[in-house]
Amino acid sequence: MKLKSRHLLGLEGISKEEIGLILDTAETFKEVLERPIKKVPTLRGVTVVNLFYEASTRTRISFELAEKRLSAELVNFSASTSSVKKGETLKDTVKNIEAMKIDMVVIRHQSSGTPYFLTQCLSSSIINAGDGAHEHPTQGLLDLFTLREKYKKIEGLRVVIVGDIKHSRVARSNIWGLKTMGASVAVCGPTTLMPYEIDKMGVEVYSNLGEALQGADVVNVLRIQLERQKGGLLPSLREYANEFGINSDRLKRLNPNFTIMHPGPINRGVEITPEVADGPYSVILDQVTNGVAIRMAVLYLLSGGEGKVE
Amino acid sequence: MPRRKGVLIMDEKTVRRALTRIAHEIIERNKGAENLGLIGIKTRGAYLAERLAKIIFEIEEVQVPLGFMDITLYRDDIQTKLDQPIVQKTEVMFDVADRIIILVDDVLFTGRTIRAALDQIIDFGRPKLIQLAVLVDRGHRELPIRADYIGKNIPTALNEQVVVKIQEVDGEDSVTIEKEKRK
Repeated sequence: MKLKSRHLLGLEGISKEEIGLILDTAETFKEVLERPIKKVPTLRGVTVVNLFYEASTRTRISFELAEKRLSAELVNFSASTSSVKKGETLKDTVKNIEAMKIDMVVIRHQSSGTPYFLTQCLSSSIINAGDGAHEHPTQGLLDLFTLREKYKKIEGLRVVIVGDIKHSRVARSNIWGLKTMGASVAVCGPTTLMPYEIDKMGVEVYSNLGEALQGADVVNVLRIQLERQKGGLLPSLREYANEFGINSDRLKRLNPNFTIMHPGPINRGVEITPEVADGPYSVILDQVTNGVAIRMAVLYLLSGGEGKVE
Repeated sequence: MPRRKGVLIMDEKTVRRALTRIAHEIIERNKGAENLGLIGIKTRGAYLAERLAKIIFEIEEVQVPLGFMDITLYRDDIQTKLDQPIVQKTEVMFDVADRIIILVDDVLFTGRTIRAALDQIIDFGRPKLIQLAVLVDRGHRELPIRADYIGKNIPTALNEQVVVKIQEVDGEDSVTIEKEKRK
């Protein structure tokens, strides 16, 4: 059993078996992270570049730790302190980095499709760490992993994704992954932040939070992306918090043994109240812990083999 | 597919006798079973370790702590193989520090698996010493590694395949040599 592609660009088109393989592998790595020496020599000699064109705390540190714990060599790149400032194009930048003999690239970029573009001009394995409003596959996978850990299986769960669906790559990766694994998915948010034809992805669409939450097992609360709110799509944050913020009152509509997730960073008091974010049903910090194991699994499964798979 | 002719080397009885002898040797060499720890290498070595623990308990009435190890992450050929091997869980729930660790595997061949297992054990802590028990030693070492306890020495040619079957996995206990290399 192996992954079909040597890149991870998104969860769209990834089969149930492949997701299962990644989640099973991550379980092993989670055990490694509990050892006294949290490091294995598996990726010795593999060089990974973390190419971050956008700000990140969790994803970046998580990838960095995953690489270090697999004994890979790593180089960090952030656009703000590089020759991108002098006007170097993305293609030139990555071509130059690859000329220094690297094996894998982890990329985050504000434009959707950038990781795919890199697969066309590089021979390294490419891992998408978030591209525009397209996908954030490792986040989707760690969300699946966290749910599988708690409920033992994902099939049959009802998951509601609340917030700015339009700009959210986390929502898209979650929808693809959850649908593949057999969960039912609903999305809920203001109509101005709901993309056209989202229902074509096989999800229920709600603009009323109360209706959406009825009978749900899992609420995945998205961050209001303040940096992407220039167009006046929201009247005010306060109005958003009133209409779509998750507070303890709203949890009553959920099924018993419900779960609250959030990909972080949290805007406390906007999309989620502090008592919900820190409540006993919240798995927000488990998501972060599991992120390292998932990224180790992805790096492991995509590495290896001089011969090209496929 | 070429027809494979297997020559039976060990059956259920001989496997049981070999394991019983190894258990006695372990106890004799270490003057008891108090400070021991058994670690089996997955998949078949894990079950052999489990059986050794059982036999040692029958002889000495000491429950030797038991662990299982998957050595995939410590392999030296991980980046040359096309297909990434499936990683299984490693479960060593006891502290290896200052213990006498008996590493258990089914076949000792090149020694590379044992090298990986040794590195992994040492990452868990600093054992007092590590000994190696194998059901079959088939020769052709590529590293300076030898076994302390051997069920059976089987001189083989490189194109032969030693097939160990274990009740818990394969439904029977047997060791056979097959002429053709399995694909």
